[in-house]
Amino acid sequence: MFDFLSDYDNPTLLGAFWMTVKLTVLSGLGSLVWGTLLAAMRVSPVPLMRGFGTAYVNIVRNIPLTVIIIFTSLGLADVFGVTMGATDFKVQGFRLAILGLVGYTAAFVCEAIRSGINTVPLGQAEAARAIGLTFSQTLRLVILPQAFRSVIGPLANVLIALTKNTTVAAAIGVAEAAYLMKEMIENEAQVLLIGAIFAFGFVVLTLPTGLILGWLSKRLAVKR
Amino acid sequence: MSSVLYDAPGPRAKRRNVLLSVVFFALLVLLVWFVYDAMDEKNQLEWALWKPFTESPAWTTYLLPGLADTLTAAALAMVIALPLGAVFGIARLSDHRWVRGPSATVIEFFRAIPVLLLMLFANEAYDRWANFTTEQRQLYAVVTGLVLYNAAVLAEVVRAGILALPKGQSEAAMAIGLRKNQTMRVILLPQAVTAMLPAIVSQLVVIVKDTALGGVMIGFTELLSTRATLAAAFGNPIASFVVVALIYIVLNFILTSFASWLEKRLRRSKKSTGAVLSAEDMEELNPAATGGTYGTGAGGTI
Repeated sequence: MFDFLSDYDNPTLLGAFWMTVKLTVLSGLGSLVWGTLLAAMRVSPVPLMRGFGTAYVNIVRNIPLTVIIIFTSLGLADVFGVTMGATDFKVQGFRLAILGLVGYTAAFVCEAIRSGINTVPLGQAEAARAIGLTFSQTLRLVILPQAFRSVIGPLANVLIALTKNTTVAAAIGVAEAAYLMKEMIENEAQVLLIGAIFAFGFVVLTLPTGLILGWLSKRLAVKR
Repeated sequence: MSSVLYDAPGPRAKRRNVLLSVVFFALLVLLVWFVYDAMDEKNQLEWALWKPFTESPAWTTYLLPGLADTLTAAALAMVIALPLGAVFGIARLSDHRWVRGPSATVIEFFRAIPVLLLMLFANEAYDRWANFTTEQRQLYAVVTGLVLYNAAVLAEVVRAGILALPKGQSEAAMAIGLRKNQTMRVILLPQAVTAMLPAIVSQLVVIVKDTALGGVMIGFTELLSTRATLAAAFGNPIASFVVVALIYIVLNFILTSFASWLEKRLRRSKKSTGAVLSAEDMEELNPAATGGTYGTGAGGTI
Protein backbone atom coordinates (compact mmCIF):
# COMPACT_ATOMS: atom_id res chain seq x y z
CA MET A 1 0.00 0.00 0.00
CA PHE A 2 2.82 2.35 0.88
CA ASP A 3 5.06 1.08 -1.94
CA PHE A 4 4.65 4.21 -4.04
CA LEU A 5 6.42 6.27 -1.38
CA SER A 6 9.76 4.77 -2.36
CA ASP A 7 9.33 6.08 -5.94
CA TYR A 8 9.80 9.62 -4.68
CA ASP A 9 13.33 10.54 -3.77
CA ASN A 10 13.51 14.19 -4.78
CA PRO A 11 12.33 14.97 -2.19
CA THR A 12 11.42 11.96 -0.10
CA LEU A 13 8.40 12.19 2.21
CA LEU A 14 10.58 12.85 5.24
CA GLY A 15 12.77 15.22 3.23
CA ALA A 16 9.72 17.26 2.25
CA PHE A 17 8.55 17.56 5.84
CA TRP A 18 12.10 18.35 6.92
CA MET A 19 12.00 21.24 4.41
CA THR A 20 8.73 22.40 5.99
CA VAL A 21 10.38 22.33 9.41
CA LYS A 22 13.43 24.22 8.13
CA LEU A 23 11.23 26.88 6.53
CA THR A 24 9.21 27.20 9.74
CA VAL A 25 12.18 27.47 12.09
CA LEU A 26 14.25 29.85 9.96
CA SER A 27 11.39 32.17 9.06
CA GLY A 28 10.12 31.92 12.64
CA LEU A 29 13.45 33.20 13.96
CA GLY A 30 13.67 35.87 11.26
CA SER A 31 10.15 37.15 11.85
CA LEU A 32 10.70 37.15 15.61
CA VAL A 33 13.66 39.52 15.16
CA TRP A 34 12.02 41.76 12.54
CA GLY A 35 8.65 41.65 14.34
CA THR A 36 10.22 42.69 17.65
CA LEU A 37 11.95 45.60 15.89
CA LEU A 38 8.62 46.62 14.33
CA ALA A 39 6.88 46.37 17.72
CA ALA A 40 9.61 48.52 19.26
CA MET A 41 8.94 51.09 16.54
CA ARG A 42 5.18 50.93 17.06
CA VAL A 43 5.44 51.70 20.77
CA SER A 44 8.36 54.15 20.50
CA PRO A 45 7.97 57.79 21.50
CA VAL A 46 9.11 58.91 18.02
CA PRO A 47 6.02 59.64 15.86
CA LEU A 48 7.81 58.89 12.58
CA MET A 49 8.80 55.40 13.76
CA ARG A 50 5.29 54.74 15.04
CA GLY A 51 3.92 55.81 11.65
CA PHE A 52 6.29 53.53 9.78
CA GLY A 53 5.47 50.55 12.03
CA THR A 54 1.73 51.13 11.68
CA ALA A 55 1.93 51.55 7.92
CA TYR A 56 4.06 48.40 7.50
CA VAL A 57 1.74 46.25 9.58
CA ASN A 58 -1.45 47.50 7.94
CA ILE A 59 -0.10 47.12 4.42
CA VAL A 60 1.51 43.71 4.84
CA ARG A 61 -1.38 42.22 6.84
CA ASN A 62 -3.81 42.98 4.03
CA ILE A 63 -1.80 41.45 1.18
CA PRO A 64 -2.21 37.70 0.67
CA LEU A 65 0.95 35.76 1.55
CA THR A 66 0.72 34.10 -1.86
CA VAL A 67 1.11 37.49 -3.58
CA ILE A 68 4.19 38.24 -1.47
CA ILE A 69 5.81 34.84 -2.10
CA ILE A 70 5.15 34.95 -5.85
CA PHE A 71 6.47 38.52 -5.93
CA THR A 72 9.77 37.46 -4.35
CA SER A 73 10.25 35.07 -7.24
CA LEU A 74 8.75 36.86 -10.26
CA GLY A 75 9.50 40.39 -9.03
CA LEU A 76 12.57 40.46 -6.81
CA ALA A 77 14.46 37.60 -8.44
CA ASP A 78 13.40 37.82 -12.09
CA VAL A 79 13.24 41.60 -12.53
CA PHE A 80 15.61 42.99 -9.93
CA GLY A 81 18.03 40.06 -9.90
CA VAL A 82 17.84 39.49 -6.14
CA THR A 83 19.27 35.97 -5.87
CA MET A 84 19.99 36.03 -2.11
CA GLY A 85 23.53 34.86 -2.85
CA ALA A 86 22.34 31.57 -4.32
CA THR A 87 23.57 30.08 -7.58
CA ASP A 88 21.22 27.10 -7.50
CA PHE A 89 17.58 27.70 -8.44
CA LYS A 90 16.29 25.49 -5.60
CA VAL A 91 18.39 27.25 -2.97
CA GLN A 92 17.30 30.60 -4.35
CA GLY A 93 13.62 29.62 -4.07
CA PHE A 94 14.17 28.45 -0.51
CA ARG A 95 15.80 31.71 0.54
CA LEU A 96 13.25 33.86 -1.26
CA ALA A 97 10.43 31.94 0.42
CA ILE A 98 12.01 32.62 3.80
CA LEU A 99 12.32 36.31 2.90
CA GLY A 100 8.63 36.47 1.98
CA LEU A 101 7.51 34.49 5.04
CA VAL A 102 9.60 36.70 7.36
CA GLY A 103 8.23 39.91 5.86
CA TYR A 104 4.66 38.67 6.17
CA THR A 105 4.79 36.94 9.55
CA ALA A 106 6.70 39.81 11.18
CA ALA A 107 3.58 41.98 10.90
CA PHE A 108 1.65 39.46 13.01
CA VAL A 109 4.53 38.97 15.46
CA CYS A 110 4.62 42.75 15.87
CA GLU A 111 0.90 42.85 16.70
CA ALA A 112 1.21 39.95 19.15
CA ILE A 113 4.07 41.64 21.00
CA ARG A 114 2.39 45.03 20.99
CA SER A 115 -0.82 43.60 22.40
CA GLY A 116 1.28 41.84 25.04
CA ILE A 117 2.86 45.13 26.08
CA ASN A 118 -0.58 46.75 26.15
CA THR A 119 -1.92 44.17 28.60
CA VAL A 120 0.45 45.53 31.26
CA PRO A 121 -1.59 48.11 33.22
CA LEU A 122 -0.32 51.70 33.13
CA GLY A 123 -0.20 51.68 36.93
CA GLN A 124 2.65 49.15 36.86
CA ALA A 125 4.94 51.53 34.99
CA GLU A 126 3.81 54.51 37.05
CA ALA A 127 4.48 52.64 40.28
CA ALA A 128 7.90 51.59 38.99
CA ARG A 129 8.79 55.18 38.15
CA ALA A 130 7.38 56.40 41.46
CA ILE A 131 9.77 54.21 43.45
CA GLY A 132 12.61 55.68 41.41
CA LEU A 133 13.46 52.90 38.93
CA THR A 134 15.24 54.06 35.78
CA PHE A 135 13.86 53.45 32.30
CA SER A 136 15.88 50.29 31.77
CA GLN A 137 15.01 48.97 35.23
CA THR A 138 11.31 49.63 34.64
CA LEU A 139 11.48 47.76 31.36
CA ARG A 140 13.67 44.93 32.62
CA LEU A 141 12.16 44.27 36.04
CA VAL A 142 8.53 45.29 35.71
CA ILE A 143 7.14 45.59 32.17
CA LEU A 144 8.87 42.92 30.08
CA PRO A 145 8.48 40.02 32.54
CA GLN A 146 4.71 40.63 32.53
CA ALA A 147 4.46 41.38 28.83
CA PHE A 148 6.52 38.33 27.85
CA ARG A 149 4.15 35.96 29.64
CA SER A 150 1.03 37.31 27.97
CA VAL A 151 2.76 37.22 24.58
CA ILE A 152 3.37 33.45 24.60
CA GLY A 153 -0.21 32.52 23.66
CA PRO A 154 -0.55 34.88 20.68
CA LEU A 155 3.00 34.07 19.51
CA ALA A 156 2.21 30.35 19.63
CA ASN A 157 -0.74 30.99 17.34
CA VAL A 158 1.50 32.89 14.94
CA LEU A 159 4.02 30.02 14.97
CA ILE A 160 1.30 27.47 14.17
CA ALA A 161 -0.07 29.66 11.40
CA LEU A 162 3.48 30.04 10.06
CA THR A 163 3.93 26.25 9.98
CA LYS A 164 0.80 25.99 7.85
CA ASN A 165 1.76 29.01 5.75
CA THR A 166 5.08 27.47 4.69
CA THR A 167 3.03 25.37 2.23
CA VAL A 168 2.67 28.53 0.12
CA ALA A 169 6.37 28.18 -0.70
CA ALA A 170 5.34 25.32 -3.01
CA ALA A 171 4.07 28.06 -5.34
CA ILE A 172 7.67 29.02 -6.18
CA GLY A 173 8.92 25.44 -6.40
CA VAL A 174 10.33 24.88 -2.92
CA ALA A 175 10.23 21.12 -2.43
CA GLU A 176 8.30 21.03 0.84
CA ALA A 177 5.31 18.99 1.96
CA ALA A 178 2.58 20.61 -0.18
CA TYR A 179 4.84 20.46 -3.25
CA LEU A 180 5.38 16.74 -2.81
CA MET A 181 1.71 16.17 -2.08
CA LYS A 182 0.71 17.91 -5.31
CA GLU A 183 3.16 15.75 -7.24
CA MET A 184 2.07 12.50 -5.58
CA ILE A 185 -1.66 13.12 -5.69
CA GLU A 186 -1.53 13.84 -9.41
CA ASN A 187 0.44 10.68 -10.25
CA GLU A 188 -0.76 8.02 -7.85
CA ALA A 189 -4.03 6.17 -7.46
CA GLN A 190 -4.25 6.30 -3.66
CA VAL A 191 -5.64 9.84 -3.37
CA LEU A 192 -7.22 9.29 0.04
CA LEU A 193 -4.13 7.65 1.48
CA ILE A 194 -1.86 10.45 0.27
CA GLY A 195 -4.24 13.07 1.69
CA ALA A 196 -4.27 11.23 5.01
CA ILE A 197 -0.46 10.93 5.15
CA PHE A 198 0.12 14.65 4.60
CA ALA A 199 -2.75 15.69 6.88
CA PHE A 200 -1.28 13.49 9.59
CA GLY A 201 2.15 15.06 9.05
CA PHE A 202 0.77 18.54 9.66
CA VAL A 203 -1.28 17.44 12.65
CA VAL A 204 1.93 16.03 14.13
CA LEU A 205 3.75 19.30 13.45
CA THR A 206 1.10 21.74 14.68
CA LEU A 207 -0.90 20.03 17.42
CA PRO A 208 1.94 19.50 19.94
CA THR A 209 3.13 23.09 19.40
CA GLY A 210 -0.37 24.32 20.20
CA LEU A 211 -0.86 22.08 23.21
CA ILE A 212 2.56 22.71 24.78
CA LEU A 213 2.62 26.46 24.22
CA GLY A 214 -1.08 26.76 25.17
CA TRP A 215 -0.38 24.95 28.43
CA LEU A 216 2.68 27.13 29.01
CA SER A 217 0.83 30.38 28.36
CA LYS A 218 -1.97 29.33 30.71
CA ARG A 219 0.53 28.35 33.40
CA LEU A 220 2.58 31.51 33.10
CA ALA A 221 -0.40 33.86 32.72
CA VAL A 222 -0.26 36.85 35.06
CA LYS A 223 -3.20 36.57 37.43
CA ARG A 224 -4.96 39.91 37.62
CA MET B 1 2.56 61.05 24.88
CA SER B 2 2.58 58.91 27.96
CA SER B 3 2.36 55.15 27.59
CA VAL B 4 3.10 52.19 29.75
CA LEU B 5 6.70 52.40 28.58
CA TYR B 6 7.39 56.11 28.44
CA ASP B 7 6.60 59.05 30.66
CA ALA B 8 5.85 62.46 29.14
CA PRO B 9 9.26 63.49 27.71
CA GLY B 10 11.40 66.05 29.48
CA PRO B 11 13.89 68.38 27.74
CA ARG B 12 16.58 65.72 27.32
CA ALA B 13 14.15 63.09 26.03
CA LYS B 14 12.67 65.65 23.63
CA ARG B 15 16.10 66.38 22.18
CA ARG B 16 16.82 62.67 21.86
CA ASN B 17 13.47 62.06 20.14
CA VAL B 18 14.17 64.81 17.61
CA LEU B 19 17.58 63.28 16.89
CA LEU B 20 16.01 59.83 16.46
CA SER B 21 13.36 61.29 14.16
CA VAL B 22 16.02 62.89 11.96
CA VAL B 23 18.10 59.71 11.76
CA PHE B 24 15.05 57.56 11.02
CA PHE B 25 13.84 60.03 8.38
CA ALA B 26 17.25 59.87 6.69
CA LEU B 27 17.04 56.06 6.69
CA LEU B 28 13.56 56.15 5.18
CA VAL B 29 14.66 58.56 2.45
CA LEU B 30 17.59 56.26 1.72
CA LEU B 31 15.21 53.29 1.43
CA VAL B 32 12.85 55.15 -0.90
CA TRP B 33 15.76 56.31 -3.04
CA PHE B 34 17.16 52.77 -3.14
CA VAL B 35 13.82 51.36 -4.34
CA TYR B 36 13.40 54.20 -6.85
CA ASP B 37 16.92 53.66 -8.18
CA ALA B 38 16.39 49.91 -8.56
CA MET B 39 13.07 50.47 -10.35
CA ASP B 40 14.62 53.09 -12.61
CA GLU B 41 17.60 50.94 -13.46
CA LYS B 42 15.34 48.09 -14.59
CA ASN B 43 13.10 50.51 -16.51
CA GLN B 44 10.09 49.64 -14.39
CA LEU B 45 9.03 53.27 -14.00
CA GLU B 46 8.34 53.90 -17.66
CA TRP B 47 4.88 55.30 -18.20
CA ALA B 48 4.13 52.70 -20.89
CA LEU B 49 4.12 49.98 -18.21
CA TRP B 50 1.72 51.83 -15.92
CA LYS B 51 -0.48 53.40 -18.57
CA PRO B 52 -2.61 50.24 -19.16
CA PHE B 53 -4.07 50.67 -15.68
CA THR B 54 -5.49 54.06 -16.61
CA GLU B 55 -7.39 52.52 -19.52
CA SER B 56 -10.37 50.22 -19.45
CA PRO B 57 -9.13 47.01 -21.23
CA ALA B 58 -6.72 46.07 -18.44
CA TRP B 59 -9.57 46.31 -15.98
CA THR B 60 -12.45 44.85 -17.96
CA THR B 61 -10.47 41.98 -19.53
CA TYR B 62 -8.23 40.99 -16.62
CA LEU B 63 -8.54 42.62 -13.23
CA LEU B 64 -12.30 42.93 -12.75
CA PRO B 65 -13.18 39.36 -13.85
CA GLY B 66 -10.37 38.14 -11.58
CA LEU B 67 -11.67 40.22 -8.70
CA ALA B 68 -15.19 38.91 -9.35
CA ASP B 69 -13.92 35.32 -9.11
CA THR B 70 -12.04 36.14 -5.90
CA LEU B 71 -15.17 37.63 -4.37
CA THR B 72 -17.41 34.79 -5.60
CA ALA B 73 -15.18 32.16 -4.04
CA ALA B 74 -14.85 34.11 -0.80
CA ALA B 75 -18.57 34.80 -0.52
CA LEU B 76 -19.54 31.19 -1.32
CA ALA B 77 -17.01 29.89 1.19
CA MET B 78 -18.30 32.20 3.92
CA VAL B 79 -21.98 31.45 3.25
CA ILE B 80 -21.41 27.69 3.38
CA ALA B 81 -18.87 27.68 6.20
CA LEU B 82 -20.93 29.78 8.61
CA PRO B 83 -23.89 27.41 9.18
CA LEU B 84 -21.54 24.43 9.14
CA GLY B 85 -19.34 26.14 11.71
CA ALA B 86 -22.36 27.00 13.84
CA VAL B 87 -23.46 23.35 13.89
CA PHE B 88 -20.01 22.13 14.92
CA GLY B 89 -19.50 24.95 17.41
CA ILE B 90 -22.78 24.15 19.16
CA ALA B 91 -22.09 20.42 18.97
CA ARG B 92 -18.81 21.00 20.75
CA LEU B 93 -20.72 22.60 23.62
CA SER B 94 -23.10 19.66 23.90
CA ASP B 95 -23.69 17.95 27.24
CA HIS B 96 -23.30 14.55 25.60
CA ARG B 97 -19.78 13.29 25.38
CA TRP B 98 -20.40 11.32 22.17
CA VAL B 99 -21.47 14.54 20.41
CA ARG B 100 -18.84 16.79 21.98
CA GLY B 101 -15.89 14.49 21.40
CA PRO B 102 -16.22 13.78 17.66
CA SER B 103 -17.04 17.40 16.82
CA ALA B 104 -14.01 18.59 18.81
CA THR B 105 -11.85 16.09 16.89
CA VAL B 106 -13.18 17.23 13.52
CA ILE B 107 -12.67 20.91 14.42
CA GLU B 108 -9.12 20.43 15.69
CA PHE B 109 -8.23 18.24 12.70
CA PHE B 110 -9.26 20.78 10.08
CA ARG B 111 -7.76 23.68 12.01
CA ALA B 112 -4.42 21.87 12.08
CA ILE B 113 -4.18 21.34 8.32
CA PRO B 114 -3.01 23.99 5.85
CA VAL B 115 -5.82 25.20 3.63
CA LEU B 116 -3.63 24.54 0.57
CA LEU B 117 -3.58 20.80 1.32
CA LEU B 118 -7.38 20.76 1.51
CA MET B 119 -7.63 22.60 -1.83
CA LEU B 120 -5.18 20.25 -3.57
CA PHE B 121 -7.02 17.24 -2.23
CA ALA B 122 -10.46 18.56 -3.20
CA ASN B 123 -9.18 19.45 -6.66
CA GLU B 124 -7.83 15.97 -7.26
CA ALA B 125 -10.89 14.26 -5.78
CA TYR B 126 -13.27 16.25 -7.98
CA ASP B 127 -11.07 15.58 -10.99
CA ARG B 128 -11.29 11.83 -10.49
CA TRP B 129 -14.70 11.19 -9.03
CA ALA B 130 -16.93 14.05 -10.15
CA ASN B 131 -18.11 15.26 -13.49
CA PHE B 132 -17.26 18.97 -13.51
CA THR B 133 -15.89 21.21 -16.22
CA THR B 134 -12.39 22.50 -15.49
CA GLU B 135 -13.63 25.91 -14.41
CA GLN B 136 -16.30 24.46 -12.14
CA ARG B 137 -13.79 22.05 -10.64
CA GLN B 138 -11.31 24.81 -9.83
CA LEU B 139 -13.95 27.00 -8.20
CA TYR B 140 -15.45 24.10 -6.24
CA ALA B 141 -12.02 22.90 -5.12
CA VAL B 142 -11.08 26.36 -3.83
CA VAL B 143 -14.45 26.78 -2.10
CA THR B 144 -14.27 23.26 -0.60
CA GLY B 145 -10.81 23.89 0.84
CA LEU B 146 -11.86 27.25 2.24
CA VAL B 147 -15.13 25.87 3.66
CA LEU B 148 -13.51 22.92 5.45
CA TYR B 149 -10.87 25.10 7.05
CA ASN B 150 -13.02 28.11 7.87
CA ALA B 151 -15.97 26.08 9.17
CA ALA B 152 -13.57 24.72 11.78
CA VAL B 153 -12.33 28.22 12.61
CA LEU B 154 -15.87 29.64 12.70
CA ALA B 155 -16.97 26.76 14.94
CA GLU B 156 -14.48 28.04 17.47
CA VAL B 157 -15.79 31.58 16.95
CA VAL B 158 -19.33 30.40 17.64
CA ARG B 159 -18.23 28.49 20.72
CA ALA B 160 -16.29 31.47 22.02
CA GLY B 161 -19.27 33.74 21.25
CA ILE B 162 -21.65 31.57 23.26
CA LEU B 163 -19.20 31.19 26.14
CA ALA B 164 -18.61 34.95 26.19
CA LEU B 165 -22.25 35.56 27.13
CA PRO B 166 -22.92 36.17 30.81
CA LYS B 167 -23.88 33.00 32.67
CA GLY B 168 -27.07 34.67 33.88
CA GLN B 169 -28.52 34.40 30.40
CA SER B 170 -28.72 30.60 30.34
CA GLU B 171 -29.55 30.48 34.05
CA ALA B 172 -32.50 32.83 33.54
CA ALA B 173 -33.62 30.82 30.53
CA MET B 174 -33.56 27.62 32.57
CA ALA B 175 -35.34 29.35 35.45
CA ILE B 176 -38.32 30.24 33.25
CA GLY B 177 -38.48 26.61 32.19
CA LEU B 178 -36.96 26.65 28.68
CA ARG B 179 -35.49 23.42 27.46
CA LYS B 180 -31.78 23.17 26.56
CA ASN B 181 -32.57 23.33 22.88
CA GLN B 182 -34.83 26.36 23.39
CA THR B 183 -32.23 28.10 25.54
CA MET B 184 -29.64 27.67 22.79
CA ARG B 185 -31.98 28.59 19.93
CA VAL B 186 -33.95 31.46 21.44
CA ILE B 187 -31.62 32.98 24.04
CA LEU B 188 -27.95 32.17 23.46
CA LEU B 189 -27.49 31.87 19.70
CA PRO B 190 -29.11 35.19 18.67
CA GLN B 191 -26.97 37.09 21.16
CA ALA B 192 -23.85 35.12 20.28
CA VAL B 193 -24.29 35.82 16.57
CA THR B 194 -24.45 39.55 17.27
CA ALA B 195 -21.38 39.32 19.47
CA MET B 196 -19.55 37.36 16.77
CA LEU B 197 -20.22 39.67 13.84
CA PRO B 198 -16.90 41.56 14.05
CA ALA B 199 -14.93 38.31 14.27
CA ILE B 200 -16.85 36.89 11.31
CA VAL B 201 -16.12 39.93 9.14
CA SER B 202 -12.44 39.70 10.12
CA GLN B 203 -12.42 36.05 9.10
CA LEU B 204 -13.64 37.19 5.69
CA VAL B 205 -10.29 38.96 5.26
CA VAL B 206 -8.49 35.64 5.84
CA ILE B 207 -10.77 33.94 3.31
CA VAL B 208 -10.19 36.64 0.65
CA LYS B 209 -6.44 36.30 1.13
CA ASP B 210 -6.56 32.51 0.90
CA THR B 211 -8.39 32.52 -2.45
CA ALA B 212 -5.08 33.62 -3.99
CA LEU B 213 -3.69 30.15 -3.19
CA GLY B 214 -6.24 28.57 -5.49
CA GLY B 215 -5.13 30.85 -8.30
CA VAL B 216 -1.50 29.84 -8.12
CA MET B 217 -1.74 26.18 -7.18
CA ILE B 218 -4.81 24.90 -9.03
CA GLY B 219 -5.29 27.47 -11.74
CA PHE B 220 -8.47 29.11 -10.46
CA THR B 221 -8.88 32.38 -12.41
CA GLU B 222 -8.94 34.77 -9.46
CA LEU B 223 -7.20 38.12 -9.17
CA LEU B 224 -3.65 36.85 -8.68
CA SER B 225 -3.75 34.51 -11.67
CA THR B 226 -5.36 37.10 -13.95
CA ARG B 227 -2.44 39.32 -12.93
CA ALA B 228 -0.12 36.80 -14.57
CA THR B 229 -2.01 36.90 -17.86
CA LEU B 230 -2.16 40.69 -17.67
CA ALA B 231 1.57 40.95 -17.02
CA ALA B 232 2.23 38.64 -19.96
CA ALA B 233 0.06 40.80 -22.23
CA PHE B 234 1.52 44.16 -21.23
CA GLY B 235 4.99 43.07 -20.08
CA ASN B 236 4.70 44.89 -16.76
CA PRO B 237 5.33 42.43 -13.91
CA ILE B 238 6.19 45.00 -11.23
CA ALA B 239 3.41 47.43 -12.10
CA SER B 240 0.83 44.63 -12.14
CA PHE B 241 2.00 43.34 -8.74
CA VAL B 242 1.71 46.83 -7.28
CA VAL B 243 -1.80 47.35 -8.65
CA VAL B 244 -3.04 43.91 -7.57
CA ALA B 245 -1.54 44.33 -4.10
CA LEU B 246 -3.28 47.72 -3.86
CA ILE B 247 -6.62 46.13 -4.80
CA TYR B 248 -6.20 43.53 -2.05
CA ILE B 249 -5.15 46.18 0.46
CA VAL B 250 -8.15 48.42 -0.30
CA LEU B 251 -10.58 45.48 -0.25
CA ASN B 252 -9.28 44.08 3.02
CA PHE B 253 -8.94 47.51 4.56
CA ILE B 254 -12.63 48.14 3.90
CA LEU B 255 -13.51 44.79 5.51
CA THR B 256 -11.26 45.46 8.53
CA SER B 257 -12.67 48.96 9.02
CA PHE B 258 -16.19 47.57 8.76
CA ALA B 259 -15.34 44.97 11.41
CA SER B 260 -13.98 47.53 13.84
CA TRP B 261 -16.92 49.87 13.17
CA LEU B 262 -19.28 46.98 13.97
CA GLU B 263 -17.32 46.18 17.10
CA LYS B 264 -17.47 49.78 18.36
CA ARG B 265 -21.16 49.99 17.59
CA LEU B 266 -21.92 46.72 19.37
CA ARG B 267 -19.87 47.71 22.41
CA ARG B 268 -21.81 50.99 22.63
CA SER B 269 -25.21 49.39 22.14
CA LYS B 270 -27.34 49.28 25.31
CA LYS B 271 -29.49 46.39 24.11
CA SER B 272 -26.84 43.71 24.15
CA THR B 273 -25.16 42.05 27.09
CA GLY B 274 -21.95 43.78 26.13
CA ALA B 275 -20.25 40.58 25.00
CA VAL B 276 -18.37 41.32 21.78
CA LEU B 277 -15.89 39.10 20.01
CA SER B 278 -13.31 41.05 18.04
CA ALA B 279 -10.59 39.88 15.71
CA GLU B 280 -8.04 40.18 18.50
CA ASP B 281 -10.05 37.89 20.74
CA MET B 282 -9.95 35.34 17.97
CA GLU B 283 -6.19 35.43 17.72
CA GLU B 284 -5.96 34.17 21.26
CA LEU B 285 -8.73 31.65 21.45
CA ASN B 286 -7.16 29.98 24.43
CA PRO B 287 -8.75 27.82 27.09
CA ALA B 288 -8.42 30.57 29.66
CA ALA B 289 -10.46 32.98 27.55
CA THR B 290 -13.12 30.57 26.37
CA GLY B 291 -13.40 28.68 29.62
CA GLY B 292 -12.93 25.38 27.84
CA THR B 293 -10.84 22.47 28.92
CA TYR B 294 -9.89 21.24 25.48
CA GLY B 295 -6.64 23.13 24.99
CA THR B 296 -5.89 25.50 22.16
CA GLY B 297 -5.10 22.80 19.65
CA ALA B 298 -3.56 23.99 16.47
CA GLY B 299 -5.35 27.26 15.86
CA GLY B 300 -3.63 30.19 14.31
CA THR B 301 -5.21 31.93 11.37
CA ILE B 302 -3.25 34.74 9.85
